[in-house]
Amino acid sequence: MGMVIRNGRVIDPAHNVDGNHNLYINDGFIAALDDPPEDFETDREIDANGLVVCPGLIDLRARLREPGQEYKATLDSELSAAVAGGITTLCIPPDTNPVIDTPAMAQMIQQRAWQIGKSFIHPLGALTQNLEGKTLTNMAGLDEAGCVGVSNALVAVKDTVVMRRAIQYASTFELTVFLHSHDPWLWGNGVVHEGEISTRLGLPAIPEAAETVGVARDLALIETTQAACHFNGLSTARAVDMVARAQREGLPVTTDVTAHHLHLTEHDIGFFNTLCHVAPPLRSQRDRDRLISGLKDGTITAICSDHQPHEPDAKLAPFSESEPGISGLETLLPLTIKLVIENVLTLSEAIALLTIKPAQILNIDSGHLGVGATADICIFDLESEWTFDRGKMLSRGKNNPFHNWPFRGRVTHTLIGGELAYTRQSENL
Amino acid sequence: MIADMQYDQTGQLRHFLTIEGLERETLVHILDTAESFITFGEREIKKVPILRGKTVVNLFFENSTRTRTTFEIAAKRLSADVINLNPTRLSTSKGESVLDTVKTLEAMHTDLFVVRDAHSGAAFLIAHHVPPHVAVINAGDGRHAHPTQAMLDMFTIRQYKKEFNNLNVAIVGDILHSRVARSQIHALNILGVPEIRVIAPKTLLPTEVERLGVHPYSDMSLGLKDVDVIIMLRLQLERMQGTLIASEQEYFNLYGLTGDKLAHAKPDALVMHPGPINRGLEIASDVADGPHSVILNQVTNGIAVRMSIMAIIMGGQAGRRET
Repeated sequence: MGMVIRNGRVIDPAHNVDGNHNLYINDGFIAALDDPPEDFETDREIDANGLVVCPGLIDLRARLREPGQEYKATLDSELSAAVAGGITTLCIPPDTNPVIDTPAMAQMIQQRAWQIGKSFIHPLGALTQNLEGKTLTNMAGLDEAGCVGVSNALVAVKDTVVMRRAIQYASTFELTVFLHSHDPWLWGNGVVHEGEISTRLGLPAIPEAAETVGVARDLALIETTQAACHFNGLSTARAVDMVARAQREGLPVTTDVTAHHLHLTEHDIGFFNTLCHVAPPLRSQRDRDRLISGLKDGTITAICSDHQPHEPDAKLAPFSESEPGISGLETLLPLTIKLVIENVLTLSEAIALLTIKPAQILNIDSGHLGVGATADICIFDLESEWTFDRGKMLSRGKNNPFHNWPFRGRVTHTLIGGELAYTRQSENL
Repeated sequence: MIADMQYDQTGQLRHFLTIEGLERETLVHILDTAESFITFGEREIKKVPILRGKTVVNLFFENSTRTRTTFEIAAKRLSADVINLNPTRLSTSKGESVLDTVKTLEAMHTDLFVVRDAHSGAAFLIAHHVPPHVAVINAGDGRHAHPTQAMLDMFTIRQYKKEFNNLNVAIVGDILHSRVARSQIHALNILGVPEIRVIAPKTLLPTEVERLGVHPYSDMSLGLKDVDVIIMLRLQLERMQGTLIASEQEYFNLYGLTGDKLAHAKPDALVMHPGPINRGLEIASDVADGPHSVILNQVTNGIAVRMSIMAIIMGGQAGRRET
């Protein structure tokens, strides 16, 4: 099977490519750029004139709700949403029900995704059994079963000895530990950033220190073990500073930011808008500014959706009783492009933060268009202007606060392993 | 956005959810209207037909005898049919949700919901989901707002002090958890009070409280110096968790209102309290019952002020049904 994507603006940050090229795909792999390889037979063509052709997006954190919470979403619904958003690879946290703490669970989920035949799923295994923070999981087995790292998801491992040993054990197998570092006592039952909005609305608050105390503890443990760790979606300026300092000192730590923390602050909660209820919470403008500068100075090397689809009732409650999270697969690319329009990032930098850089965090061979790579490709129209309508999302969860935002840039095709997994219908183009 | 929620298209007050964002004229109108109801309780026949044929549901997800009773009396004096409900809410999603309860009652042609809930934002949630001809009054939502209490406090202050624009007001106690304090602060600011102080140990002052337009103090004698009005808040011990205050004794020593501390205020200072009072914890008995105290007047005024708010909201309701 030979396919050629003609005359698109190919952007492949891993190889410093940004220009108009033909891209040749053979049997699901990238075959050549510009000139067809010998004996290439073109079975199919995509005219990408005026479109951007880049590696398929890699989302570092997405909850697809299956198994365990199929009333919120299913792999079927969410993988359709993923390919519509140009996302070809998803990393999923282990807090499904049952928890991904055995090789069998890790394999089962990958097999389900494989059957659906859309985006690839890379699971994270649980750091401790049933996320209870007491007993280590069989990490060698989880590694063998395809887990790209281990994590205790949103649950704090309170016991510092368990935490130290867990990251030591993970580093034995060179498994990266994905941390949601926070102090569970300071976090308490908080639902919003401690600041002007929590004071005005009288909502239980999560202080900045809930994050910085957690990050400080974990950094101290990383320092003594030298284990590779990734901090999930930091929300505060101070925590970004702490990670930047640790990186300068040579610690093997990386971090990402969610697309919504780059665009929203505590003030977007307005009067109890539960769609803006996220964890960690939206913070102050100063924090948002530091997250953006962290992308520019290289402290933060990925933007993710932190996708959390919900059924409508989960958000139809008083703020503190509503469930946190945004259904974000379909706004990941347009929100990132918005940073390009706002002159925060170049297009190539933006794409790198969604492709090769998260691939490096996950330590997977993906996110680039080098010859021989799997042909996971996202094609989008950078000039297409559209208004986001959360009612039209493919994700079963419509909980997205960017309703009616004007966006530029829209996915037209998504290829997975050289096969078209998504094509935008012409009436929507 | 908040103005859109609380006013209808013609600028009439539609819901009463929070003081924040209301016009000064609206607050003055509420106080003036309450004035006309104040002598009402002393009449032989204590009823006017303003809300005749209307159904008012007191929907109290959180228990309260005092507030519910004054709302009930206020609605009955306006000739409304009043129903009191205290549904038990389960915090899990398995129980009937707030909105389910409201929708059921709405189907029975309720005209006005008076809502109290333990969670901040509950009254907003309900107001977002009722049809245009149904009104919502917030009778206290979590730590967020208790706007009718704040209005009756403003009414009481105006009874004694006449003007707001020359006052120095101190609010003392658990500001962190107090919906009453938040609403009072907004009302005092909108009515033009030049100096508002909040006095509490730092554990009970919310972060960035200055942004609400107040001056924080942690020293009672400094904070009370030359104030015209002292509003004491109820200290709810069950919320203190052993870490917000060290002990009742130390709290009373430092922040309990005694005659000695009262002496720092102006000689004609008013002492107020939204009740119910904890004698010997936040206020000494001789002060609570003393000549400066207007605590019982607050209770009496509560009925007139709530009548006023209900009458104003329902006054514009006929028009909203048609549009």
